[in-house]
Amino acid sequence: MSDTGIGASVRRKEDYRFITGEGHYTDDITLPRQTYAAFVRSPHAHATIKGIDSAQALKAPGVLAVYTGEDVAADKVGGLICGWMIHSKDGSAMKAGGHPALAQGKVRYVGDHVAVVIAETVAEARSAAELVEVDYDVLPAVVSPAKAQAAGAPQLHDEAPNNTVYEWELGDKAAVEAAFAKAAHVTTLELVNNRLVPNAMEPRAAIGAYDRGSGGFTLYTTSQNPHVARLVLSAFVGIAPEHKLRVIAPDVGGGFGSKIFIYAEETVCLWASKKVGRPIKWTGDRSEAFLADAHGRDHVTHAELALDANGKMLAMRVKTIANLGAYLSTFASSVPTYLYATLLSGQYDLPAIYCEVDAVYTNTAPVDAYRGAGRPEATYVVERLVETAARETGLDPAELRKRNFVRSFPHQTPVIMCYDAGDYEASLTKAMEMADYAGFPGRKAEAAKRGKLRGIGFSNYIEACGIAPSAAVGSLGAGVGLWESAEVRVNPTGNVEILTGSHSHGQGHETTFAQLVSSRLGIPIDQVEIVHGDTDKVQFGMGTYGSRSGAVGMSAISKALDKIEAKAKKVAAHLMEASEGDIEFKDGTFTVAGTDKSMPFAAVALNAYTAHGFPSSEIEPGLKEGAFYDPTNFTFPAGCHIYEVEIDPDTGVTQIVSATAVDDFGEIINPMIVEGQVHGGIAQGVGQAMLEGCIYDESGQLVTGSYMDYCMPRAHDLPSFKVGMTKTACPSNPLGIKGCGEAGAIAAPAALMNAITDALGVKDLPMPASPQTVWRAIQQGATAQAAE
Amino acid sequence: MPTVSMTVNGKSVTGQIEARTLLVEFLRENLGLTGTHVGCDTSQCGACVVHVDGKAVKSCTSLAMQNDGASVTTIEGLAKNGELHPMQAAFREHHGLQCGFCTPGMIMSGVDIVNRYPDVDEATIRRELEGNICRCTGYHNIVKAIAAAAKDMR
Repeated sequence: MSDTGIGASVRRKEDYRFITGEGHYTDDITLPRQTYAAFVRSPHAHATIKGIDSAQALKAPGVLAVYTGEDVAADKVGGLICGWMIHSKDGSAMKAGGHPALAQGKVRYVGDHVAVVIAETVAEARSAAELVEVDYDVLPAVVSPAKAQAAGAPQLHDEAPNNTVYEWELGDKAAVEAAFAKAAHVTTLELVNNRLVPNAMEPRAAIGAYDRGSGGFTLYTTSQNPHVARLVLSAFVGIAPEHKLRVIAPDVGGGFGSKIFIYAEETVCLWASKKVGRPIKWTGDRSEAFLADAHGRDHVTHAELALDANGKMLAMRVKTIANLGAYLSTFASSVPTYLYATLLSGQYDLPAIYCEVDAVYTNTAPVDAYRGAGRPEATYVVERLVETAARETGLDPAELRKRNFVRSFPHQTPVIMCYDAGDYEASLTKAMEMADYAGFPGRKAEAAKRGKLRGIGFSNYIEACGIAPSAAVGSLGAGVGLWESAEVRVNPTGNVEILTGSHSHGQGHETTFAQLVSSRLGIPIDQVEIVHGDTDKVQFGMGTYGSRSGAVGMSAISKALDKIEAKAKKVAAHLMEASEGDIEFKDGTFTVAGTDKSMPFAAVALNAYTAHGFPSSEIEPGLKEGAFYDPTNFTFPAGCHIYEVEIDPDTGVTQIVSATAVDDFGEIINPMIVEGQVHGGIAQGVGQAMLEGCIYDESGQLVTGSYMDYCMPRAHDLPSFKVGMTKTACPSNPLGIKGCGEAGAIAAPAALMNAITDALGVKDLPMPASPQTVWRAIQQGATAQAAE
Repeated sequence: MPTVSMTVNGKSVTGQIEARTLLVEFLRENLGLTGTHVGCDTSQCGACVVHVDGKAVKSCTSLAMQNDGASVTTIEGLAKNGELHPMQAAFREHHGLQCGFCTPGMIMSGVDIVNRYPDVDEATIRRELEGNICRCTGYHNIVKAIAAAAKDMR
């Protein structure tokens, strides 16, 4: 392994611009004659719009235009789509209401986009926005999915009676019922997976621009997938045909899923730029991010696990009500179905599973994928059930898991997924060692002497990522394929540009992708440039989310590199007057087997372009190859997280004294970057379990609307992490990569809540387990004890 | 419109601005120094941290006019003669950044922390970073970077 090859912790190439303040995030970009947009948003959770009077706003200083839903409709701008069809148990298609770019006749959540003001400066646009008079007829609102499904609830969309988008199921109901009937023990939990706000540190922003001369549009957008944005904005929203629309996602400051979706703001900026005749920039502020970014999670689940007398799992039965918010966001329907229920087998050989999911509209912000997207929810169900079952049956939590691990592969679960490779006991054993599980009783006793409560919790997660095999997801309702593309352009002077359909917004692709290319072609890593994020440069790509850019994005590069190598060998064979079969390529040099004839890669590259040394009738000049890679399966990262907490019973303050993560990600390109992904994921999991929670009041007002009321994890909330790896290579892609971006967020909440409930000796506690929640649980416990 | 004058990254600058202009707006919009970022609207996230007369200040919560006559250093002014400041180098060496958006403020806060605690330990770093939020890194490597830079800054 070289110090810049696969497996090396190469320091990142992209860092220079970020550490010197020379990054180009969307708000940093200024186009000539740029104007600014401010959105008028609904202050009501549910209301009809009787009329909008823009007269005062139009007269305000600096204002160029004010547009409403009527203008959008008049220009036949299509609505924002949900791209994944789900069918209910009765076979009917999901009931989806429309989602216009600016409200038409009705608003359905606080923050819903009603009108836009375009002005010369941000301040003028915002001032004028306050002058837009909207005449609302306020309607009753409903924020709880259970209440939304009940008779008499306010109806959000005519298309969805009882606000129910779909009633979906997966698994074998009869087999599960039979198994439960025979069970020696049943563990039951009522679990809430709390709503979260993704809060990437860079707020969403967009600049839409129209060129009158060419009739073409350009959109700068904080997107994780510029080509998908272009496809949606052309094919569905209808703003321009693809070939007249350039979408650029420059440096993007974090996404975590929230920047996958196509939102109203960039749609409106793009559309309006033609009407106004000047570029229009919108930069969200943090309050808008809270109101109008897609939120995450928000499941209420009834879950049961049936076991036999030896602790063998027999069956799992789950009923989930998923809150999808006021409109269906781009991937919303898939998150509580095919990204969730398909992981309910966990790491275990569970013969029978049945899961029902009701997806419900409420007067809250749309809910969609957020780091983990369905898999944190699944892991929370499985690992809380397993740990609770262990406590109820008196089995050690590690022992119960060992009795149920999948041990032979491939393993077909009862919920579609077929696990291809893994060694779950290896990660469990390593994690227990690193966490000094054996020493816990001693540490607990010592803490008790100091008046503190210690607890320890496991989370043996498995997830399905590297999304995804196109035909498979197509058959499950996806509107798109989930392959990835790469083009390898070798320049005459021997340096290389890689055009990738992936998009880096923190993941370090400019380094890791270059490591792969540098090691395959034997050229220095600084001779490799990764190009991403511009639809004018990269032909098409599906973007970065679902932990797919290593497994799928790099596999596409690998395929393209195979083609480069094959062609280069043909050229080298002519240049060295040998037959193609005798050419070997290693460490950047082509040699004729059994001789000392050799040529370095750079020389072959130059010759490919001068084209003097081979017949152009047989071999085309140039050295440039592309590939599309379609995965043959999901990948299945898995591992064991063990967290230990110490609680101060007087204050409820919970300290994470150690956080151990042992993950199997298959082959690892850059350990430093992979560990960084684990750290960040764990931090978000800690946020969910202990700090964060997005709250709407009964009237639909967002109570947690800023960092004052929504508690973000800070450095002092977290320990330094202990991260270890085990490895079973992924058999389904050329590089053996499983993906690592979401694992921490998937595993952590269950481990933490297992630890906290262990410390308190309670069966369950809601997330976030804030000091107040923990303190109250202790008080209730103490009261119960005193009463005995 | 009033006039404001200050030194930014060693250069004298003057601008005619509305009185309500925030320091971060003056830096980003008037001076084109877009390295300082806006990440929130409640003065909590720290992406906007700069140094004013040698001390860390949240430029989103300071009016440009309040800094008339002051000496301001932004992230763009930290490297000297093309050589990275030890804090910048440490962030790269220890992978203390992912998306980079919080990074300028983190680095400026990091320098300020070490200026005040030359022999800083992990617990102090974590406590002192209360005003800087990162969503990507989980802080593990940021803490390592600041601790390492402290040694190099002696």
